[in-house]
Amino acid sequence: MTTARTWLLADSPNSKLQANLGNGYRMMGALMRNPLAVVGMVILSMLLLAAIFAPWIAPHTPFGQNLGARLLPPSAAHWMGTDELGRDIFSRVIYGARITLMIVTLVAVISAPLGLLIGAIAGYFGGWTDKILMGVTDVFLSMPKLILALAFVAALGPGIENAIIAIAITSWPAYARIARAETLTFRNSEFISATRLLGASHSRVIVRHVLPLCTSSMIVRVTLDMAGIILTAAGLGFLGLGAQPPLPEWGAMISRGRTFILDQWWVATMPGLAIILVSLGFCFLGDGLRDVLDPKQGGKS
Amino acid sequence: MSAISLKNLDISYQSKKVVRDVTFDVAEGESFALVGESGSGKSTVLKAIAGLAPDWTGEISILGQARSHKVDRDVATRCQMVFQDPYGSLHPRKSVDTVLSEPLLIHGLGNRNSRVIDMLAAVGLDQRFRFRFPHQLSGGQRQRVAIARALMLEPKVMLLDEPTSALDVSVQAEILNLLKRLRREQGLSYLMVTHNLPVVSFMCDRMAVMNKGRIVEIAPASALHDGSFTDPYSQSLYAASGGNPDRKEMA
Repeated sequence: MTTARTWLLADSPNSKLQANLGNGYRMMGALMRNPLAVVGMVILSMLLLAAIFAPWIAPHTPFGQNLGARLLPPSAAHWMGTDELGRDIFSRVIYGARITLMIVTLVAVISAPLGLLIGAIAGYFGGWTDKILMGVTDVFLSMPKLILALAFVAALGPGIENAIIAIAITSWPAYARIARAETLTFRNSEFISATRLLGASHSRVIVRHVLPLCTSSMIVRVTLDMAGIILTAAGLGFLGLGAQPPLPEWGAMISRGRTFILDQWWVATMPGLAIILVSLGFCFLGDGLRDVLDPKQGGKS
Repeated sequence: MSAISLKNLDISYQSKKVVRDVTFDVAEGESFALVGESGSGKSTVLKAIAGLAPDWTGEISILGQARSHKVDRDVATRCQMVFQDPYGSLHPRKSVDTVLSEPLLIHGLGNRNSRVIDMLAAVGLDQRFRFRFPHQLSGGQRQRVAIARALMLEPKVMLLDEPTSALDVSVQAEILNLLKRLRREQGLSYLMVTHNLPVVSFMCDRMAVMNKGRIVEIAPASALHDGSFTDPYSQSLYAASGGNPDRKEMA
């Protein structure tokens, strides 16, 4: 164990792999020293485990109706009670983790690289390229996120896939702005000039030199935005434009529970708690990552 | 054939002319200095030769070939530049090995491992620095890496933009000795910008004094010993730097 540690923290690594692993190890250590980040990671690993092992964790099927057991309060048999069709809410919340995880992953995979690339290109070239790209970005940015997503879903038809596309389309402009701002801070720096002088093409400079410097702030921002993405997805679900019944999407579940919120509070509260918990997990992890990945901290450590 | 030849070079930034009518030749194997106070346009001349200040008129040729206004791959193999600030000229997230391999990758040169190892030895860096990141290096070590990067493509002409002014005095001497040795070993030509006259007398054969975007005088480095400047501005610059202390003692 100690030898592995000394190998990782070696002052003069012998290979590229060792240097990179050492960097990763140091970063992980810094993250582990931040209690909130650890809480965030625990919450998110719970989400991940729930999503992977849903069939084994959930005591009932998420779709099985039992009209004889409608709207039962939380009990030993049904930890979170049952909904208006007698379905076990705990099982539905567990299966809902899969949908939530799918939404945040797909949105992040679509919108973050798109925003990153557009922002980096705009910031690096400047001039007319910048004006046009940022004009487009501003158009998207000026529209309220949920309303734009609503319009897209209304046009494409309700459904979880369309909700994902709609959220992705509305969330990239913020990333483009950040990437551009980040790029502007070092586009005229000497290491970029030096690379150009070596004969590197613009695309090489952007991909190999500009993007790596934007990614850390991007990772932080995406993690912090995850909570907002979950809420937007839940909002779309609540409005009936996201996941369609009988899919156990948390927002749609709250929407169904609204009818009984005064007498059977648990129907809406339980998926609501799940949304709060996961959003909080992403926020905590995002804050922790910001402390670790912030380039301004990098020089000091 | 001269290493660098400038004829009637005018350079502008955003349609404002900052350098006017610069003409000089740097012979092959020569070390030539551009001196002058801040804002005299000496770094701008260097940038125009490198291709970083594309808005110029006149003629620039490197090793006999006229250069275009853009950064180009062909010039990259003949002429490279070392920047003033070793903290800003290295990518903060790239290891020394990556920095030195990059020029080889760009130009499709093989045998990268051994070339990197050889170059580290040539600039006096121990092999244990190879996989370190810039924040794990001192200023002098960073400048050695920057010099090594510039030399990876085996250029014959080096543009040095105040390569030691951001360093400690003791480290300055190390870097100057390194540059002097590399020039001798690899037959390089230097065009060096500096405002430090002792550096000129240590490193250079000739120098051009610049003031307000023009060259006022081209003098041999020996002028720094006997004070034989003809132009009043270069005389005052020489006097301001304290002249030659030895000469005062003699007088």
